[in-house]
Amino acid sequence: MTKKTKWFANGYLTLVFVLLYVPIFYLIMYSFSTGKTMSHYQGFTWAHYVALFQDARMIQIALDTLLLALLSALIATAIGSLGALGIYATKKRQTRNALLSLNNILMVSPDVIIGASFLIFFTFLGIGLGFGSVLMSHIAFEIPIVVLMVLPRLQEMSTTMIDAAEDLGASSWQVLSRVILPAIIPGILAGYFMAFTYSLDDFAVTFFVTGNGFETLSIEIYARARQGIDLEVNALSGILFVFALLLVVGYYLLTQYTAKRQKAGVKRP
Amino acid sequence: MKRKQVLFEMPYFFWLAFFVIAPILLIAYQSFFNIRGQFTLGNYATYFTSATYLRMTLNSVWYAFLITLFTLLISYPTAYFLHYTKHKQLWLLLIILPTWINLLLKAYAFIGIFSQDGSVNQFLTFIGIGPQQILFTDASFLFVATYIQIPFMILPIFNAIEDLQPSYINASRDLGANNWQTFTRIIFPMTMSGVKAGVQAVFIPSLSLFMLTRLIGGNRVITLGTAIEEHFLVTMNWGMGSTIGVVLIIAMFIIMSLTGEHKKKGRKHND
Repeated sequence: MTKKTKWFANGYLTLVFVLLYVPIFYLIMYSFSTGKTMSHYQGFTWAHYVALFQDARMIQIALDTLLLALLSALIATAIGSLGALGIYATKKRQTRNALLSLNNILMVSPDVIIGASFLIFFTFLGIGLGFGSVLMSHIAFEIPIVVLMVLPRLQEMSTTMIDAAEDLGASSWQVLSRVILPAIIPGILAGYFMAFTYSLDDFAVTFFVTGNGFETLSIEIYARARQGIDLEVNALSGILFVFALLLVVGYYLLTQYTAKRQKAGVKRP
Repeated sequence: MKRKQVLFEMPYFFWLAFFVIAPILLIAYQSFFNIRGQFTLGNYATYFTSATYLRMTLNSVWYAFLITLFTLLISYPTAYFLHYTKHKQLWLLLIILPTWINLLLKAYAFIGIFSQDGSVNQFLTFIGIGPQQILFTDASFLFVATYIQIPFMILPIFNAIEDLQPSYINASRDLGANNWQTFTRIIFPMTMSGVKAGVQAVFIPSLSLFMLTRLIGGNRVITLGTAIEEHFLVTMNWGMGSTIGVVLIIAMFIIMSLTGEHKKKGRKHND
């Protein structure tokens, strides 16, 4: 690139990054304002954070959200990884493509369709709305991403390893736990991670299938935002931003670590 | 061993049957019942004869189109320039980071920024235009929706540009093409798969962003998603809601077949 276009490129990128981050920093900035609205910054205070940590209801909701995300991601990862093994083991190409298409339906479906159809489904079966229905829904929409994270790892794995293990007398359980599992562990971890963030981020599906008894942070933020500005929500966004930052750094380190380990693995023999 | 394998995969197939296939069938089934639970074709009749529903659908598609277009116009150059930066993985991470902030918090931020005495209006007053009604307008809805979708468009385009062999660009230059020709004849067509993936990732959700229409659009903008939410959770007319849901599912399949075209062609060539 010439110098002139380079200047233009850098200027353009700076503008996009400013656009992406201004709203977020605007939110966080006002979480430290002594005022009551998100305008006319009025001086520094921790008051909104203090209020947030004394809000027992909000803390309960935060813990529920976290528990929901950890638990649903765990179950979705187990089911999704086994599903990926199943798709991988399907020899017929047409069947495999059909399975993959079915798998991806929930990935591309709009949230309202997932939410509305699950609502009909639970009502049809007479399942009450609450933690259970929300948990099942979250597991359901997390499974496809786990499959999509694990499947490429399986396809990258060399089949000669499995043949070798079987020739040397390994049982199918040993093949799974000693050969296949170590090869796909990075995919499983990435899948768990993505499932976890999907759960934390979801609003629309939860909104449809939660009853009166169970709330997540998204639902609570929506309810409060509809009533106008509440700087406690700003304080919450400050905390969630730091949390997201930690998650991103963690994910980055994880991918770096697994990439390094793979490289080391290549060198070893 | 064969039987054991099937046992392992059971939960996954159970999920496919009960959480993928059954809900879609149920939403189609439900669309044939009226609010009193009687079987009827009335919902479809209402939908296709009512000017309100048809206008709402067109409106929703039009807005989704605009959101997708704006997102694409902003994202393509971003992805392209990102490709040439030094620490591109780090920059990419910074593009992704905002997607991990809860969508509702981002919408909430704009309630503050666009409000009557928010920053934008303070700026407008400062330059002498005076405060305007920004929140609860169509423009604010389009702006916030575009803002939220940008990273989802940048990612696939960035990946497509990364996959592009630099030798093609060099060859094009060697053969005397200028920058514009290289872009329109080589770079853009060869990164089309990324554009299509991005359009798919942005257009379909844009049809159903009901929380934004509520929080930012102030109920002025009604998308298909808003109508479904309204019927399911407010008026409790599940039949009509499902009918609109079926329309949305059909729209989704149309978009997918339009944006998936390239892949199919590629697959045929490879066979």
